[in-house]
Amino acid sequence: MPSCDGAPLLDARGLLRSIGRFPVLHYINLTLAPGEALAVAGPNGAGKSTLLRILAGLMRPAAGDVRVLGHALAEGAPQARRAIGLLSHQSLLYDDLTLLENLAFTARLYGLPAPADAARDALAEAGLAARAHDSPRKLSRGLLQRAAIARALLHRPRVLLLDEPFTALDAASADRLRDLLRARLAEGLGLVIVTHNLAEVWDVATRVAVLVGGRWAGEEPVAGPLTAFLPRYREWTGG
Amino acid sequence: MAESLRLALAVAGKDIRAELRSRTALLSAVVFAALVLVVFNFARDPTALAATDLAPSVLWVTFALAAMVALNRAFTIEREHGALDGLLLAPLPRGALFAGKLLANLAFVGTVEAVTLPLFVLFFNVDLWRALPGLIGVTALATIGFVSVGTIFSAMAVRTRFAELMLPVLLLPFMVPPLIGAVQVTSRLLAGRPLSEMLGWLRLLALYDVVFVTLCTMTFSAVVDE
Repeated sequence: MPSCDGAPLLDARGLLRSIGRFPVLHYINLTLAPGEALAVAGPNGAGKSTLLRILAGLMRPAAGDVRVLGHALAEGAPQARRAIGLLSHQSLLYDDLTLLENLAFTARLYGLPAPADAARDALAEAGLAARAHDSPRKLSRGLLQRAAIARALLHRPRVLLLDEPFTALDAASADRLRDLLRARLAEGLGLVIVTHNLAEVWDVATRVAVLVGGRWAGEEPVAGPLTAFLPRYREWTGG
Repeated sequence: MAESLRLALAVAGKDIRAELRSRTALLSAVVFAALVLVVFNFARDPTALAATDLAPSVLWVTFALAAMVALNRAFTIEREHGALDGLLLAPLPRGALFAGKLLANLAFVGTVEAVTLPLFVLFFNVDLWRALPGLIGVTALATIGFVSVGTIFSAMAVRTRFAELMLPVLLLPFMVPPLIGAVQVTSRLLAGRPLSEMLGWLRLLALYDVVFVTLCTMTFSAVVDE
């Protein structure tokens, strides 16, 4: 249901995904324009993380397709893959490499011209410059989340998919992330944020959509305070 | 092609760097190989069978079992923190990912074999000097074949609950042809037989390599992509 005007960065049509005979996603449509931030909320088991994995190309839908910058993701087009950044529940980092080595390796995978410099810049932006030579296993949960965010943003993706990005972040880090996301949105980033806590993303999101039982229950532009939206959220989720 | 090679080298470099830091697979495989040689050395009856008759089989059983230990790590490091997702998200052709993993595994198994060989000479008192160039050649030929199959099975097994158990079950049947070929060539090398007696087996090993490296490269995407 969530759609945008103009040429979309991300265009998903008729996404269907089932586990056995139980439908996790039921013919989901979604488009995302440059500068747009879609907050996807919903109860546990609504299919939010599955949707994000399909949009990232990590999971194949039983039906439907995802196009990124006009390229079909299922065909593995490098242009489509290069345009996507994902923050998942896991850090995607190797414990046996330092943070700097981890990010430099990621930079190499994305073909960035000076991988070590790109990694250093990303760590500095995440406030982790002093921990560059530490292994991820030495970091606290919050610092690890910051490193994972730095990894997701490293190659300056056009479409950023975030699954609960504020988990374990302290207030200052959360504010820093919101500022960073606003700056990237102003540069034309498209953002999908999956969250259980709309308060954390309300200042960043331009649209909010609610997923219930694998279907869009409702969607609207973000306008006004969150408290005004919450009664509709409860109505849509049946809570 | 150059881009794929660059990416494959990046993946291999990452694996080798991680292994040098942890030394988990290399140390376990080398210790395991030494233990297998010790067991064979003390279990055999030197009056019943000459060491040179038994040596080729012992050498290749040791290589194969030690390789299995090393190959187990190939994709288990990708399971930590969902790192495999990070590889699959990137604009990394699956052929390049397979090639990178294969190169790293060849480096690990090759290192284990290089460390095992002197131990083998020590325990079995075999004069390898004359046969060494040929032995290095046949080791390379056989290792490429079973490591390529081991790499794809390691990727398959890592998604199962009992990855460490699944890999030997899947891999051992596919190891039989290269192991038979390698044992046959090694016994002829140690006996100082002419090259013409080994050509058939060498052709079999080369064919196995070509077929399985090609097949594994082509099917790797189906294994790692959901």
